[in-house]
Amino acid sequence: MNSFKKKRKAAQRKWDLLKTSKVPVIYLGTASCGRAAGAMEVLTSVQKTLKQNRLKAKIVQVGCIGPCYLEPLMDITLPGRPRISYANVNPEKAKRIVESYLKKDDPLLQLAVGHFGDENTKFTDGIPKFFDLPMLKPQVRVVLRNCGFIDPEEIDHYLANEGYSGIMNAFGKKPEEIIAEVKEAGLRGRGGAGFPTYKKWEICRSSPGKEKYMICNADEGDPGAFMNRSLIEGDPHSVLEGLLIAAYAIGASHGYIYIRAEYPLAIARLKKAITQMKDYGFLGKNIGNSGFDFDITIKEGAGAFVCGEETALIASIEGKRGMPKSRPPFPAVSGLFGMPTIINNVETLGTLPNILRNGASWYKQFGTQGNHGTKTFSLVGKVRRSGLIEVPLGMTLRKIIFDIGGGSRKPFKAVQTGGPSGGCLSEEFLDTPVDYESLDAAGSIMGSGGLIVMDEDTCVVDVAHYFLDFTQKESCGKCSPCRVGSRHMVEILERIIKGHGQPEDLTKLQTLGETVKRGSLCGLGQTAPNPVLTTLRYFRPEYLLHVTEKHCPASVCRELIEYRVIPEKCTGCQRCVSVCPTGAITGPRAEPHNLDPSKCIKCRACYEICRFDAIAGDAIIIRSKRRASDEQTK
Amino acid sequence: MTDKDYVRIFSRFKGEEGDLIPILQKVQEKFGYLSEEAIKHISRFLKISENQIYGVASFYSQFRFTAPGRNSIKVCLGTACHVRGGQILCEAVERELDISPGQTTKDKRFDLQRVACLGCCALAPVIQINDDIYSRMTVIRLKEILGKYE
Repeated sequence: MNSFKKKRKAAQRKWDLLKTSKVPVIYLGTASCGRAAGAMEVLTSVQKTLKQNRLKAKIVQVGCIGPCYLEPLMDITLPGRPRISYANVNPEKAKRIVESYLKKDDPLLQLAVGHFGDENTKFTDGIPKFFDLPMLKPQVRVVLRNCGFIDPEEIDHYLANEGYSGIMNAFGKKPEEIIAEVKEAGLRGRGGAGFPTYKKWEICRSSPGKEKYMICNADEGDPGAFMNRSLIEGDPHSVLEGLLIAAYAIGASHGYIYIRAEYPLAIARLKKAITQMKDYGFLGKNIGNSGFDFDITIKEGAGAFVCGEETALIASIEGKRGMPKSRPPFPAVSGLFGMPTIINNVETLGTLPNILRNGASWYKQFGTQGNHGTKTFSLVGKVRRSGLIEVPLGMTLRKIIFDIGGGSRKPFKAVQTGGPSGGCLSEEFLDTPVDYESLDAAGSIMGSGGLIVMDEDTCVVDVAHYFLDFTQKESCGKCSPCRVGSRHMVEILERIIKGHGQPEDLTKLQTLGETVKRGSLCGLGQTAPNPVLTTLRYFRPEYLLHVTEKHCPASVCRELIEYRVIPEKCTGCQRCVSVCPTGAITGPRAEPHNLDPSKCIKCRACYEICRFDAIAGDAIIIRSKRRASDEQTK
Repeated sequence: MTDKDYVRIFSRFKGEEGDLIPILQKVQEKFGYLSEEAIKHISRFLKISENQIYGVASFYSQFRFTAPGRNSIKVCLGTACHVRGGQILCEAVERELDISPGQTTKDKRFDLQRVACLGCCALAPVIQINDDIYSRMTVIRLKEILGKYE
């Protein structure tokens, strides 16, 4: 314990030194999403600018603070002044800001989006507090509290921010008391199903076994979800501390982190963090003088969606094909190598240090009865402010999509929760509180936290086909309702989006969907039909239009749409002619062009270039074929 | 690819059943794909049949059995990318390079894969070439970007 206090003190000194730095500090969000937006180029530009101007400054690379639509984000703190945040920075903009602020003391506040000071001072005149921005104000930060603030590769930054005090508190208690605390906090599995965390633990704790295993499920496979990746990249130690707490509570001596190989940065940060933990004595024998021994192995997933399922994940760690097994026995009784095993999701583990540090009653202030605490979501799709968010459970979909996300540019149509296992909810469900039971009642699921917003330009039949096609390809093939049933459903949906659907196809889809749901062994098959069943329920008229009128109102389904040149708008600039891969567009310069639909493969190139160069603006349109034939009959 | 390369990779493992996937990953990392020869070597080391190894390897989408190109293109077809035109983008790459997903161009310059989600959903649609990620992609930008890779 004493050595822990010493380390914490040293870490605190290091952190204070950064906070009271005598030279400016520049923070850059360089998680995967920031990098995709160009953060590394910004970093190079900042380094070059500092060197060229002989300026001294510390650069701190931090994780994702949330608003991806503002990436890349760069923040600057001058000694004694609040941290100011600049959004959508590029190398030139970064150079300009750094030179202006560090050399001429002009922070170019017109380019800033917010500041992190306690109140407005003359240094931040006219810009809002960062956390008062409309996207951030309704949020709470429990799991993500450190993301964007600490350097994820510095264990001292985590320690100085009360890191590892959760596990130290845990060591002062009996494992049973920890389980009771987690029970009292009402924590439920954040991987999607919402099973009470303590219950699994209790079963595992009381199951006999020579050895017990604790697994962190970081196989974030849902397309459209990146919460776990962001947490690991931004604050890996919080997940690792959670893993320690859970392992101590169930009496496990070895831990695994099963993580997607597609997340190289997250894996690198975990590896680094584990080395640091060993150096600091948080792993190995007799951790913190508690008599508790623990070690962690990282297992990289090899790309199989079904391995998010507990028993399939275990099979994969054992070196087998990742196929689920029937339960019981549950992994908590007989799991990895036949031993009692607990598998918890990244976010569940990331929550634990907060509960153990602040107590169950503190955690219960967030959320609603039966759904305590917070949940992270990735808010993406046709929404103005996209990104990673954390909200108390029970917040309505409307508040999340419109207050935080700013709504969609075109009229809102639907929101998909829970990824390929979830459902599409229509406008009438916007006032549904986001909790496990309410989403379940609406035919969807909470899932791991993907929220995909769709507007009137999104075709729900196409989306249903997309999801089912995904799960069908990921089906492990063990049980026939899932293997054959989902294949058959995809074929029917293909017919519908190609304009060959029959009215009885909708009934067939419904029956098949219910059969697959009932007859499948694991969560993949049991939930795969959800996107189809919910869209059939809430968007039936759109299906009917596809089937009876061969009309896609969103102008998405390719067989049902056509590209057309509007002669009145076309200036004859020939740009579309030059990009058309099939020579479908012809016409002399300065005269309206002709588009031959029989040659058009609908590749979108002409449509994009027409907008891109904005000479003609939107002279090329995509529209439903039916509308075209309507006009002809007129 | 010499026997020494395999010995070096295998030396990090105890030869337990659970080592199979990590070994496959290391071998693919080293050679770019799983050749017949590689599977024979692994079979001898782990004392499990080649069939069994192939059964496991073919289950996971990460493993490939043909040599990759000099540059690897991954087109993201996650939900957010799909909604924003990922499929059209993928077809544009296929047309441009005259290959289907899973194939390598004749000159070995590019190989193409579809991936479920790269996790940059807020910046959709996204493609990844080697380690570079291109966000908010359009069919028009594609040609220019492909030209950067030799």
